[in-house]
Amino acid sequence: MKVSQTQFRTALLDPDHPIPDGLSDGAEGDARFNVYRNNVTVSLTEAMHSAFPVITKLLGTQNMDGLAGIFLRQHPPSSPLMMHYGGAFPEFLAGMEQLAHLGYLPDIARLELAIRRSYHASDSEPINPEDLAGLAPEALMASVIGLAPSVEVLRSDWPIYDIWRFNSIADAPKPQPIAQDVVITRAEFDPEPMLLPPGGAVWIRALLDGHTIAQSYEAALGHYAEFDLGATLAILLQGGAVISLTEKDIA
Amino acid sequence: MSITMKTFAVAGVVAATMAAHTTPASAQSKEKCYGVSMAGQNDCAAGPGTTCAGTASVDYQGNAWKLVDAGTCTTMELPAMADGKARMGSLEAIDRDLPA
Amino acid sequence: MLDATHHFDHLPAAPGVGYKPQHFSDITSDSGSVEWLEIHAENYMGDGGRPLAQLRHLAERFAISVHGVGLSIGGEGQLDPDHLARLKHLVDWLNPASFSEHLAWSTHDSAFLNDLLPLPYTDETLTRVADHVDQLQNAIGRTMLLENPSSYLSFDESTLSEPEFLDEVARRTGCGLLLDVNNVFVSATNLGFSPQEYIDAYPIDRVGEIHLGGHDEDHDDHGAPLLIDSHGREIVDPVWALLDYTLAKSGPKPALIEWDNDVPEWSVLETEAARAELALSRVLA
Repeated sequence: MKVSQTQFRTALLDPDHPIPDGLSDGAEGDARFNVYRNNVTVSLTEAMHSAFPVITKLLGTQNMDGLAGIFLRQHPPSSPLMMHYGGAFPEFLAGMEQLAHLGYLPDIARLELAIRRSYHASDSEPINPEDLAGLAPEALMASVIGLAPSVEVLRSDWPIYDIWRFNSIADAPKPQPIAQDVVITRAEFDPEPMLLPPGGAVWIRALLDGHTIAQSYEAALGHYAEFDLGATLAILLQGGAVISLTEKDIA
Repeated sequence: MSITMKTFAVAGVVAATMAAHTTPASAQSKEKCYGVSMAGQNDCAAGPGTTCAGTASVDYQGNAWKLVDAGTCTTMELPAMADGKARMGSLEAIDRDLPA
Repeated sequence: MLDATHHFDHLPAAPGVGYKPQHFSDITSDSGSVEWLEIHAENYMGDGGRPLAQLRHLAERFAISVHGVGLSIGGEGQLDPDHLARLKHLVDWLNPASFSEHLAWSTHDSAFLNDLLPLPYTDETLTRVADHVDQLQNAIGRTMLLENPSSYLSFDESTLSEPEFLDEVARRTGCGLLLDVNNVFVSATNLGFSPQEYIDAYPIDRVGEIHLGGHDEDHDDHGAPLLIDSHGREIVDPVWALLDYTLAKSGPKPALIEWDNDVPEWSVLETEAARAELALSRVLA
């Protein structure tokens, strides 16, 4: 009797599925096959815990175990690069009826995914701002800021920065009911989520789309009239996120 | 304020901000940063790794799950936001489109 | 590309340890009897950041063994061309002293199951595994070592023993073998064969590296011992004895301490490595 890998896999992920015929385990009973069931389920459950430590803290270990058990069967990893596992988790959380009262969970999961992307992103050298001292105002405004590959921007209807801090940093204050946008920078090797002032996310996203400082500024102003450009730029510079400044040829 | 005035004002902000951050973050010691994360001994940001080992824990059941009261979500007190609508932030209208 | 002056072109016949990032400072300040390190290929396939920076740094001082856990050489389907390309990229820039993978499968229908799953040993699977090993060796431009798995059950359809199967794959492809002594002990206990007879039948001349690790002891539904290859504790005495038995036949080989779950302080790993060094020195004497 041949056992195909399709049969093996089906029985692995479904504990109620009979064990394929044609396997000898030196005894009757399921204990031997269950070792593989355990290895797969437990390793992927543990992967979900380390992938989403804040979600795990928010929901508690027991809930996370249960959710991971469902998630890993619906969305097993699609590649052996476990560092990026869980890309489908935000949408999965959004679809869980039992979690509908915790509307912030999907955005927190997105933040945790973004932190991991930032951690594994390419290295880059920040510019030395001194080199730009001589640039004329018109030239500066028509310049394009290049950002590090480790930069991630998230916008949320929820206090994602407060929630992340409350669950990651000792003695952080409780979250306030406000909408928050976050930028993640990675000055060396440790991604750091930073709270953005209103309009900041619009400005950075416009820069990421290749718009000039002036164009991006207009976009941010259109969103929030009191947009604080200096504060937003300071966050990027402090995080080593500005890696180039190029004057754009105006056609 | 005229366009030119505005350009000068904003360029001034950009220049001043840059001048205030003349020491790039990479000036820190690389050697120090090769090591384990400053944030914690386990370097959570790395995410899950691979395994070539089995596990002795027994837990392969699991398509049924019921939410139990646990975790910090039960103590965070965001009642005003429970329906995802009542926000007090200044970003009430999230407009992700940028001007063309 | 790394600085060529630091290149290690083979693993020394000395103790190595499976590298864990939390031990970076310990290893770089005093590695004790540990002369080389093994990494899991898939954990170093990001674009940058601390994992690659640490690896570049370590590769200047230690011979590195790249150990793949995700290619699914025993899979029924084709090898993933993207993953082959990632392995090639890693091997190209790191130029490691050794590359190894497993006689197992882990991916099926594009789902990666994060475990080393078993395959039957037949003429059909032999052809498939040999093809996959060829394909990998061509992709990375060097020979690899193929590792024996820990088994919890066997397939009725198998017509070859594991040593016979490995011997034939090595003969057809020219690959070397990675002999995991703990896996032999775990499989022997679970499937009821003699670990010494396994070693006797094993093509010992092909061995380029030895693995040692801890396992957990459980029982199946009938009270029979069931060992789990958990890499979460000290190596047990019978496995050390099996190492001695193996080394007496093979001579000194690079010997790796694997500890992947409940990873202890560096000093605990160093103690295990020192014990491996002692076993190696007995063969030399």
